Amino acid sequence: MTASAEEPKRTPLAGRHLELGARMIEFAGFWMPVQYSGVLAEHRAVRTAAGLFDLCHMGELRFEGPDAAENLQQLTTNDVFRLEPGKGQYTLLCNERGGVVDDCLLYRLGPRDYLLVVNAANTDKVREWARARLRGRVTLRDESSETALIAVQGPRSQTIVGRALEQDFSDLPSFWARTVHAHGAAILVSRTGYTGEDGFELYLDAEAAANLWDRLLQVGQADGLVPAGLGARDTLRLEARLPLYGNELTEEISPLEAGLGFAVKFDKGDFVGREALLAQQERGAARRLIGFEMLERGVPRHGYPIVHQGREVGWVTSGSFSPTLEKEIGMGYVPAALALEAGAEISVDIRGRLRRARVVEGRFLPRP
Amino acid sequence: MYPEELKYTKEHEWLRLEDGRLARVGVTHYAQHQLGDVVFVELPAAGDAVSAGQSIAVVESVKSVSDIYAPVSGRIVEVNSALEDQPELINEDPYGRGWIAVIEMDDPGQADGLLTAAEYKAHIGEA
Repeated sequence: MTASAEEPKRTPLAGRHLELGARMIEFAGFWMPVQYSGVLAEHRAVRTAAGLFDLCHMGELRFEGPDAAENLQQLTTNDVFRLEPGKGQYTLLCNERGGVVDDCLLYRLGPRDYLLVVNAANTDKVREWARARLRGRVTLRDESSETALIAVQGPRSQTIVGRALEQDFSDLPSFWARTVHAHGAAILVSRTGYTGEDGFELYLDAEAAANLWDRLLQVGQADGLVPAGLGARDTLRLEARLPLYGNELTEEISPLEAGLGFAVKFDKGDFVGREALLAQQERGAARRLIGFEMLERGVPRHGYPIVHQGREVGWVTSGSFSPTLEKEIGMGYVPAALALEAGAEISVDIRGRLRRARVVEGRFLPRP
Repeated sequence: MYPEELKYTKEHEWLRLEDGRLARVGVTHYAQHQLGDVVFVELPAAGDAVSAGQSIAVVESVKSVSDIYAPVSGRIVEVNSALEDQPELINEDPYGRGWIAVIEMDDPGQADGLLTAAEYKAHIGEA
């Protein structure tokens, strides 16, 4: 840390985290809770009941105007024209080489009104990247600092969010969002998440965030809601095999290599990176993201080498003890040519010792 | 939190003098709290020769990997293999069932140079 390093930013909920005894760390320029009671307990609460997350660090970029859709169609890999008002989609921004600039959620809030939710560490980069490419009648506003984001994730989340906002959300499908008014605040309620569980993400004015947080904790207590930090968020998303920007995704890795081809719509017309991605699609991606479980004890960590038949062939992108499966799991890149299918054996070089692992297809967890 | 009869290191290990040249070693309450939930412990092998300051074990929590250093020189004579299946013992009982290894010291006088409980508490700012 240098003397000129900026102080981490505080979210509107920072005071609550301190009162709750959270352990705080700097993450993407923000002072964020990594855990409250403990990562394992918080993880299990989300799988069995519900967890409450402060995601105010995430970036919110608003695109409005008659040409907003056309512009986003050009900037993102998924098909923006398929979005009806109220619907969201997982999408990616790619550079000209087909590498991932960011992975995001894009909502269509109104006919000419879109909200792009980006990773905290990428907010400034994406804003400038997008701004430099905008054409025609569209405005881009960075609403990150005035927008709060609170997530409720877990099998009890519908009950808890419904009770807190005095509304029924049983009719809100996955990846849809609607704005409700409750306790003096307008809240965009989205049925999305990053844990592999049913869940909601709630966007609202930063000033109203602490009230909503308190209300959720209060009404959720009976259903087992606990505050959960970034530690549990990471193990939860890993078990659900969801990619993390900076680990599975970088500017040097394409969505096709990462197994995210479902969010790349070649048939929609031109977009940034299309040419490179199409070429890669035609010749076949050289690398492939695999999931694996350890057959011998040891925790695979980001950057550890993956070894196949005595040869280093790739690297671990994420790995951890899985609290649900009670064994170590991970993801990593290997050459596609090795055709490592489910059950294939690999090794992970854990600090100089080779530990056996087995390739696993799909999510590590059964679907809820 | 920091028993008086133990010796401590600045790297957050504790050492308990037992019969003769034997010293039982583990990590402190402060260390286990900083680590968070311990999910894996890589243990040394009984018979290994170790020198003071050398890494003898690795303790992994969900988010971190930490080396555990030998507080004294000697030979590992016993390891806590219960940690292989119950790494959480380090969190639950760091000075008891969460011990890591027993070292037969080359020179029992070595332990005199380690920190007392009061000195360790001052080191971690809890004095």
